Amino acid sequence: MKIMPCPLNGPRNIQEFVCGGEVVFPPNPDGATPAEWADYLFMRDNVAGAVREWWYHVPTSFWFIAERNTVTDEIVGTFLANELFPVRPDSASDGDGA
Amino acid sequence: MEPLAASPGETRTVSLFLTSDAMPFGLLKHGLRPHRRPDRFLPERPELKQAYDTVIIGGGGHGLAAAYYLAKDHGITDVAVLEKSYLGGGNTGRNTAIVRANYLTPEGVQFYAESLDLWRGLSNELEFNLQYSERGHLTLAHSDSAIRTMRWRAEVNQHLGVESQLVFPNDVAKLVPGLNLSEEVRQPVLGALYHPPGATARHDAVVWGYAARAAELGVELHPGTEVTGLRVEGGRVGEVETSRGPIRCKRVLQAVAGSSSLVAAMAGVRLPIYTVPLQACVSLPLKPFLDPIVVSGSLHVYIWQSARGEVVMGGATDPYGLYANRSTLEFTEDLLMHVLELFPFLGNVKLLRQWAGMCDMTPDFSPVMGETPVENLYIDAGWGTWGFKATPVAGKRMAELLATGRTPQLLRSFRLSRFAEFEQVGEKGAAAVGH
Repeated sequence: MKIMPCPLNGPRNIQEFVCGGEVVFPPNPDGATPAEWADYLFMRDNVAGAVREWWYHVPTSFWFIAERNTVTDEIVGTFLANELFPVRPDSASDGDGA
Repeated sequence: MEPLAASPGETRTVSLFLTSDAMPFGLLKHGLRPHRRPDRFLPERPELKQAYDTVIIGGGGHGLAAAYYLAKDHGITDVAVLEKSYLGGGNTGRNTAIVRANYLTPEGVQFYAESLDLWRGLSNELEFNLQYSERGHLTLAHSDSAIRTMRWRAEVNQHLGVESQLVFPNDVAKLVPGLNLSEEVRQPVLGALYHPPGATARHDAVVWGYAARAAELGVELHPGTEVTGLRVEGGRVGEVETSRGPIRCKRVLQAVAGSSSLVAAMAGVRLPIYTVPLQACVSLPLKPFLDPIVVSGSLHVYIWQSARGEVVMGGATDPYGLYANRSTLEFTEDLLMHVLELFPFLGNVKLLRQWAGMCDMTPDFSPVMGETPVENLYIDAGWGTWGFKATPVAGKRMAELLATGRTPQLLRSFRLSRFAEFEQVGEKGAAAVGH
């Protein structure tokens, strides 16, 4: 059994988690070109080595970020999303006053 | 290969038996001598030249098929196939060897239908027994929505001339007498998509056949030669750096399933690909009990019985990405739980071996074939869990692209730029089980 150290729930069986893919930053919604959106949506670095990924603990609906080596399958560490995303992205309704 | 004697009494029949290496004389002669080494089937690895017309990265089925068709159809024989390990040691030797064309999208169905046509003549063309066995392919449906998808696939298939039809449990019972069709299970079988041309082939033989015929036509095979870099000069690959020295060439084809992102990155090309292991296993040999290939998307399992009697079983890809061919107990437990729902009598059968391959998963479950932003770098990737069946057609059509510089109509839908153009080919409903 492989163990994922969840920042909220502590060490748990990795089968309780779903991998959400590598952490990618969305383009600025004001003025991003279709090509930039396509790149953000579809293209991946798919690195062989250390990567940062979104992970989700299904029973507690909790998203966090894990650093993992994709060659050795070693989980280097896990941390809360706000360490990488200090500011919560604004929704369109806030920005435009719509 | 010349046909064996057309009629009794011909001299060829006689000479066959007089040849000292023919069975049983060869066995007697060589069996009594020490140090008999079998004849080489593939030529010895030559010295690496400094320049080639075409370099193919990846000595699996796709790369070798492309090399063969480049030489045979287009007369381009100054070709080097570079393989970091041994020929066919990647996914060509790790898949579960199923061939079919019962896809969902018209683009996919047309493409795989051409592959089926090539497969049927391939043993003769390569003069090598690929053990191509048309046994029929059943995709079980366990829900109303699955029945709807099967009906949809059958209609698309029939429209494009591919034999497929929706069948119901009484037909399934005739095709697979051992299948558990009880309604007292978690996921009862409501029907199936039946695809009579579904087949299996011996995957190693495909590698050896293509390699041997390509080498006869002048293609150089370089196993144990790893590509370490691609030097891009003025938007073109000028030099391929390898573990045995640099090579200059006019064009490069990469056909390295599992490592596609890594090789493309050497030329600065990003791909819509995520590398995930896919595992499979076989049981100890049993007496023949299963003729067609049986697949269940809802139960995430596919199963068929090889000519040796082994039950070949596979399922969904691993739950997260990895560049490793390791096996896990979780996979075996999940898979066999579902296998036992379909074939409960296998409960006491032992597993013989388990293995994994690394798959290029794409967002739309279709391959990526054709040109790249680098002018003379061509790509044959994104083969996910569905690449083996495409070996002949991908090789033939990629060879056509390399030789003519024009993308064949059959490949256009699978171009890399489809993602930037938001023209994906959504094949998730038919490409594989349980993703």
